[in-house]
Amino acid sequence: MNLGRKGSQEPIPFDDTTTFPKVLAELARRYGDRRIAVQEKRYGIWQSHTFAQLHARVRDFAHGLASLGVGPGQVVAVLGDNRPEWLISELAAQSLGACTVGIYPTSVGEEIVHVLTDGQVKVVVAEDQEQVDKIIELKDRLPGIETVIYYDTRGLEMYEVPYLLEFTAVEAKGREWGEAHPGWLDEQIAAGRADDVAVICTTSGTTGRPKLAMLSHANLSVMGRSLNEVDPVRAEDRYLSFLPLAWIGEQMISVAYVMPAGITISFAEEAATQRADLRELGPDMMFSPPRIWEDMLSSIMVRVGEAGWLKRKTFAWGQAVGDRYAEAKLKGEKPGLVTSVTHRVADVVALRPVREQLGLTRIRRCYTGGAPLGPDVFRFFHSIGVNLKQIYGQTEICGIAVMHSDDDIKFATVGKPCPGTEIKIADNGEIMLRSKAVFHGYYGNEAATAEAIDADGWLHTGDAGYLDEHGHLVVIDRAKDVMEMPDGTRFSPAFIENKLKFSPYIEEAVVFWQEGSSEITTIITIEPSTVGAWAEHRRIGYTTYTDLAGKPQVSELLAEEVARANEDLPESVRVRRFVLLHKQFDPDDDEITRTRKVRRRVINERYAAIIEALAEGASQVEIKSVVTYQDGTSVSRNITLPIVNMDGFVPKESGRRSLFGSHA
Amino acid sequence: MSRAYRHNLNGSTLEAGAAQLDIRDVTLRFGGVRALDGVSFSVAQGDIHAIIGPNGAGKTSLLNCISGLYRPQVGEIILHSGKRGDRNLVRTKPGTIARLGVARTFQNIELFRHMTVLENIMLGRHTHMRHNLLTSFLYYGPAQRQEIRERELVEEVIDLLEIQSVRNKQVGALAYGFQKRVELGRALAMQPALLLLDEPMAGMNAEEKEDMARFVLDVNDLAGVTTVLIEHDMGVIMDISDRVSVLDFGRCIADGTPGEVGSDQAVRDAYLGQEAHA
Repeated sequence: MNLGRKGSQEPIPFDDTTTFPKVLAELARRYGDRRIAVQEKRYGIWQSHTFAQLHARVRDFAHGLASLGVGPGQVVAVLGDNRPEWLISELAAQSLGACTVGIYPTSVGEEIVHVLTDGQVKVVVAEDQEQVDKIIELKDRLPGIETVIYYDTRGLEMYEVPYLLEFTAVEAKGREWGEAHPGWLDEQIAAGRADDVAVICTTSGTTGRPKLAMLSHANLSVMGRSLNEVDPVRAEDRYLSFLPLAWIGEQMISVAYVMPAGITISFAEEAATQRADLRELGPDMMFSPPRIWEDMLSSIMVRVGEAGWLKRKTFAWGQAVGDRYAEAKLKGEKPGLVTSVTHRVADVVALRPVREQLGLTRIRRCYTGGAPLGPDVFRFFHSIGVNLKQIYGQTEICGIAVMHSDDDIKFATVGKPCPGTEIKIADNGEIMLRSKAVFHGYYGNEAATAEAIDADGWLHTGDAGYLDEHGHLVVIDRAKDVMEMPDGTRFSPAFIENKLKFSPYIEEAVVFWQEGSSEITTIITIEPSTVGAWAEHRRIGYTTYTDLAGKPQVSELLAEEVARANEDLPESVRVRRFVLLHKQFDPDDDEITRTRKVRRRVINERYAAIIEALAEGASQVEIKSVVTYQDGTSVSRNITLPIVNMDGFVPKESGRRSLFGSHA
Repeated sequence: MSRAYRHNLNGSTLEAGAAQLDIRDVTLRFGGVRALDGVSFSVAQGDIHAIIGPNGAGKTSLLNCISGLYRPQVGEIILHSGKRGDRNLVRTKPGTIARLGVARTFQNIELFRHMTVLENIMLGRHTHMRHNLLTSFLYYGPAQRQEIRERELVEEVIDLLEIQSVRNKQVGALAYGFQKRVELGRALAMQPALLLLDEPMAGMNAEEKEDMARFVLDVNDLAGVTTVLIEHDMGVIMDISDRVSVLDFGRCIADGTPGEVGSDQAVRDAYLGQEAHA
């Protein structure tokens, strides 16, 4: 078996009866056992399923689900990390005309109840003991759940819970059931229409309870194909799937873009081994939310900061050369001979080694989407020779509607609409999108659906933006977050936050402003790995995150960083005061979503005291911090947070300091 | 395509609850000092059996007697190992005891710092490796096949202890908690009948202790390995052990379930009481 073997590149035929189970059947017919469909790192080696094996397992599991009473229109929930079983469950449910809803494996309590209840789910596929335990604990509130299927048996052997079934047992049962009903499944699959709902994805829910968006086979296929038109994939490409399949972005790329091309989908071993797996596999393409790119940038900065002076200087030089080279290229200029040669040298001595560390040596294209990525981070990746492109879209339009094409990348924009996507800006500045990928509606919530899609089929994104002179879309922010200064200028908090977040020491920043005032303040959470490394170099001892964030030296460091960000901001929207929060934002506390987007509403409520003190210009603020442990007990204590005033703050080094060099 | 483990890490064939280790009247003297003074208790198959006691009570000495590092002057330590019959471990060489299925970890980590995690754990399979100089030298053929077979089991241990992310890292560069887990992994890779853990949670913070307790429980629950452990943290002991023996000045002053031992007056005076006053 050969991953790199060239196969038939002819695209899978596509019409209004195309469903993913049919695509899989066609792939199994074409490639059989000659090509690997999915592989998963387990026990330290890649364990693979060929297309024929995957197809056979999907059929068995589909029969098994049918024997459990799953039928057309039903929703099967999947709760777990990315494993072949996730994909098998999804394709099996789709074979029966049912669909799947993914639940983030880190979800707990209310979120799980909400999805399972709203989706009227009867069958849940849960990964392991941890996930099964969550369902068992919530079972009283989930009367609709009839069966829970698990695939990692470790620790579950002793459970005597009547509604628990092992995945392989369901497959075995399905095989028997299939033998008793020959031809039945083929009829079911043949009856599938492209308009059937294929997956339900939860919206990120930055503004309220996540809604269940229904996406059809046609929605996903159309978008997969138009993405392929912009950026064609090759069958021998490599792809590592490590973001939750519950997220539309991962569904879109893995199932709709990568799988139909006959590309092997690889699953990482563990969350902790992602980086190593990425490096080992060397993928050709990658799609990640900004957090991954920001993390990568931070880790480079820490590593470079800890390196010897020679390496530091080499990298600083190489990165500067790469930056000039990338800038020239993106402007459409042809770099001169000298620039090209210098860049070649810089690439060999400084840039390629960094790409190698990140596992990005083979990468041809990578994308960021799901939230705005700061232009500075963007620019950095281009300077080290990584072709990073922005994608803009919502869950409601399969995650992708507007994107950069290879030769037309601008750091401040999200690019042009994909083929087949129409765009218009409403009078109030809201971005409107229309294409065949626009979703079918929210499951069981017609009122919300009517709000999202109007009579002409336009999707109201709720984002404010405009088209620039080259037809590129510039997204400002969520429409309701856009702020208006007393002088009438409109400004995006996300823009300021991203300027701040470019600092490797800042993990999250949330800016605030008072109605009618031009004073901008912010709550900052520090990035523990980088600030921790910095503190170690300075021989500053610390114990916990709270302790580290409370160090006066750290306040000073962050003030420097804020001052630097301020230099890039217009006078009227510079950050005046900030607080270093005593804790990180945590999805378990509802402060950020599972995809790591800040929930402004929750933060406004929870930290009202801090926001008020910031607005008043107090010198410190006392807040009560309540820590709730997983067993339900909680402790509370009072913490005093100093407020750092930027007025009159003079950075030690004036002007723009090089990112690398003098840190350590 | 089941995800269940294919190797049984438990080297004992005894029924759960049967006596596996009988310590009878063991006395160990160093010159005039009686480190152990007529200690007797027995460890049942499938239990987590804790040994507690104040500093210098003889806990580690007892563990060393079981694993053959010390030779008690009086008494016998009988290992009932199922198919191989009963063996008195006193006056048996440590290497032989290891081959009988007694594995251990140490209070101060005893790993090969410059070898990787994988190599260290593979060493735990050493007693099971059966190739001679010639086949090892050739490598390809029988030795390679054996290496692959043993690696499969070792990978299950790595999976059980969740150390995949450091598999190929040098042990010396790892955090303390990881090193402790690697040491446990090496002992477990022996497929032991009896696992001796000398203060597996020493020097850890509350969170690390909880993690380690989880792994000790997993090893006991999932793999079914009988575990004897020394630990100071009473909270952990009361939570995870099935049976507790209390040593004080070399004597076994109590032996019972955590509940019984916790309410025993002699134990309170000797150990818990002192701690409460301290």
